[in-house]
Amino acid sequence: MLIAVLSGFILAAASPWLARSVGDKAGWLLALLPAALFVYFLGFVPTVNESGAQVIHYPWIPALDVNLSFLVDGLSLLFALLISGIGTFIIIYAGGYLHGHPHLPRFYAIMFAFMASMLGLVLSNNLITLFVFWELTSITSYLLMGFNHEDKNARWCALQGLLVTVAGGLALMAGLIMIGVAAGSFELNEILTDGDVLRDHPWYIGIVLLVLAGCFTKSAQVPTHFWLPNAMVAPTPVSAFLHSATMVKAGVYLLARLNPGLGGTDLWLYALGIVGALTMFTGSFMALRSTGVKAVLAYTTIMALGTLVMLIGIGTEGAIIAAMAFLLAHALYKAALFMLAGALDHETGTKDMLKMGGLRQLMPITFLASCVAALSLAGLPPLFGFIGKELMFAATAGAPGLAFFTTVLAVASAMMIAGMAAVFAIRPFTGTLKETPKKPHEAPPSMLAGPVVLAGLGLLFGLMGFIPAAAIVQSAVAAVHGAPVEVQLYLWHGINLPLMLSILAIAGGVVLFLRWERVLAFYRERLGFIDRFGAERGYEKAMEGLVWIAEWQTRVLQSGYLRRYLTITVLSTVVLTGWTFFGHTGSSVPLGEVGFTFYEFAVAALVVAGAIVASVTSSRIGAAATLGMVGFGVALIYVMFSAPDLGITQIMIETLTVILLVLVLFRLPGFLKLSSPTDRIKDAATACSLGALMTILILAVNGVTVTDPISDQLTAWSYTEAQGRNIVNVILVDFRALDTLGELFVVGLAAIGVYAMIRFRAEDRRQ
Amino acid sequence: MGSLILRTTTRLLLPLLLLFSVFILLRGHDEPGGGFIAGLIVSTAFALYLFAFDVARTRHLMGADPRLLLGLGLLIATLSGVPQIFLGEAFFTGLWWPIEVPGLGEIKLSTPLVFDIGVYLVVLGAVMTIVLALAEAEE
Repeated sequence: MLIAVLSGFILAAASPWLARSVGDKAGWLLALLPAALFVYFLGFVPTVNESGAQVIHYPWIPALDVNLSFLVDGLSLLFALLISGIGTFIIIYAGGYLHGHPHLPRFYAIMFAFMASMLGLVLSNNLITLFVFWELTSITSYLLMGFNHEDKNARWCALQGLLVTVAGGLALMAGLIMIGVAAGSFELNEILTDGDVLRDHPWYIGIVLLVLAGCFTKSAQVPTHFWLPNAMVAPTPVSAFLHSATMVKAGVYLLARLNPGLGGTDLWLYALGIVGALTMFTGSFMALRSTGVKAVLAYTTIMALGTLVMLIGIGTEGAIIAAMAFLLAHALYKAALFMLAGALDHETGTKDMLKMGGLRQLMPITFLASCVAALSLAGLPPLFGFIGKELMFAATAGAPGLAFFTTVLAVASAMMIAGMAAVFAIRPFTGTLKETPKKPHEAPPSMLAGPVVLAGLGLLFGLMGFIPAAAIVQSAVAAVHGAPVEVQLYLWHGINLPLMLSILAIAGGVVLFLRWERVLAFYRERLGFIDRFGAERGYEKAMEGLVWIAEWQTRVLQSGYLRRYLTITVLSTVVLTGWTFFGHTGSSVPLGEVGFTFYEFAVAALVVAGAIVASVTSSRIGAAATLGMVGFGVALIYVMFSAPDLGITQIMIETLTVILLVLVLFRLPGFLKLSSPTDRIKDAATACSLGALMTILILAVNGVTVTDPISDQLTAWSYTEAQGRNIVNVILVDFRALDTLGELFVVGLAAIGVYAMIRFRAEDRRQ
Repeated sequence: MGSLILRTTTRLLLPLLLLFSVFILLRGHDEPGGGFIAGLIVSTAFALYLFAFDVARTRHLMGADPRLLLGLGLLIATLSGVPQIFLGEAFFTGLWWPIEVPGLGEIKLSTPLVFDIGVYLVVLGAVMTIVLALAEAEE
């Protein structure tokens, strides 16, 4: 299982090289991996159906309760099959669609990394690993959306998608950790066995709100739906994959996954039901007014995501069955439609449906596949989409508390979607042949394999609903519902309310299709304000605000004056440390026995004298020399108190300081008095406050008796455990080696920083 | 710069300082010393050479770019903790291979020693990166 999940990452590393060495047909070869994974996951189907969920466990960081454990049940298997199955066709399709693209090898690499992240996400049983994969999908999908990185718009849209989903991801992380703490386990199979633990927990509301923030942003629910249509700047294979089986479905997946643990409350019902229904309606409405082939599909994806969220929120047995059937139906037709839209765009050179027409003769297979897939989108029998839609109407009509609201929105959405499905399937192919930027002809086999197979499956599943029902939908529903459920999917349910609603929706769709031009005109004239005041404007305003705050705080904190940085650092230290010290220990400083020998006193006096001269002298050499006096005095003190390592280090540092000073001395500007007497008094007061605080602290430390000081332990262990007699060195390289390693990186980074400053300055001068 | 006395002394002092730094590095585990101090000593040795001669000759003498030494040091220090993981121990657990060398006594080879060599290289690399950059800016 570990190999199956991680193989995508391995192939991602190897695929650029493979793609280059194989050449044109690399897509067919690379598609073997997802195809093999599909077969591998298919092998789990009988096991899961017979003996329920399987947990496969690999310890990773057992001390932190972080494990690579995988949960294979109906839900994760349904997703894994969709990801690997549709992924196979996407890879083949990409080979044709991006044929000759200079960055095609890189595309394969990111695509496989994305696919592997997605598989990891749906199969993870541990909340932490799930979150890691969740964020990996955000990052890899960012790279995919911004694939045409030379296009400014693509970069902007990709960044928007990343920011929205990652902001939600941050909330999700908090939510998942709270779930883990509240339930006492980070393993999903343990958390979900007893949902009441979470539902009765005082953190329940917080957990739900945080998890919803993550899932709603990822799955483009209102009001964060705006990033999804923009994500279409990605090449079409990416859109097809992102919209059908992956990425945006991740939020839906997690909601479904957590439903047994978090669902079943009023909060869950109303939050998911209302947001989902509004998203469904918004998506359908926006689809209706779009003319781009891909834009229409993107908005219908929002509709589908809203529907799924709504159904999970309703949470009745029927609603869950509807959700899983709808999910499968949507994945099949949406992947097919996107690939067909890409074929149209690729062969005609335009994305605008108003500019296409009469392609039926030239692209017969595309036309046929479009019709089948669009019928499924519209929800017409005998396609699988019809079963999904019937179940949805039944579920909304029976929704507790929200029946009227959800049913009205569902029927209205279904009308608009039916209308747009007809527009998509009929307009580009009928009427007179229009002049397009490229001379159209049928798409190559690599671009038709996926749509034909997937659209065909939609038809097959519709006619023979028992195949998906028994194979996967039943066990998926059981996983989401938390209890075994009998699932039967078939086309004819008798004359009942859902059928009436379906007929109503399709009739409305036909009207909208016939009057589409007038709908568009009406929208342009009367409803243009939606674009000006939509949620996306809110995002832009928020980004502007963020930049403004960043500029403001940079101006305040990063003034560029070293003296101001020093003052802030020193004063913060004095205030915070002093406040803690005096606030928590009382102001009494036990002085204890402080005995001086005369040479200790002499060294201390030298240090103080050096410090005073250094701060009042007006000669640079003088300041350097007296500072050296301070440093060597301190080194002497180290030696006197038997800390030879510190003493040697201090002497070396002093020497190097002199060397550095010599190098820069002649480059410094002339010695100037820049600060007024008041400033100098303020600076002196700041410096003295720090000195006073440190003196008090050291005196206070002397008075504290620790019963079992760690230094005794370390001294005792130094030779027995670490075979060293120099305790300082043993601590540095053995006991605290990890700290030292961190400091080494700090030293390295500081050196690079200094180097960069010096070099850039030198280069600026030269110009 | 370029005094004959300084040049002559430097020629004599440099090998001694280099040897001394290695001595300090190796004895660090039992006596005052260690990678950090030794790294500072070797840096001052090269800085002395820089004052006596010039940047180009110092670079030539060092053989490798100090930035490379810096990265190499970080790599060595990090890797010195890795083999332990495969032995089922925690990262940075000390491993020891004491060897009896005739005439020299016991030499303790260990992963902390490897780590200390990494520290030595990082300090040398960091200091010389800065010093050489400053000196080059001067020229």
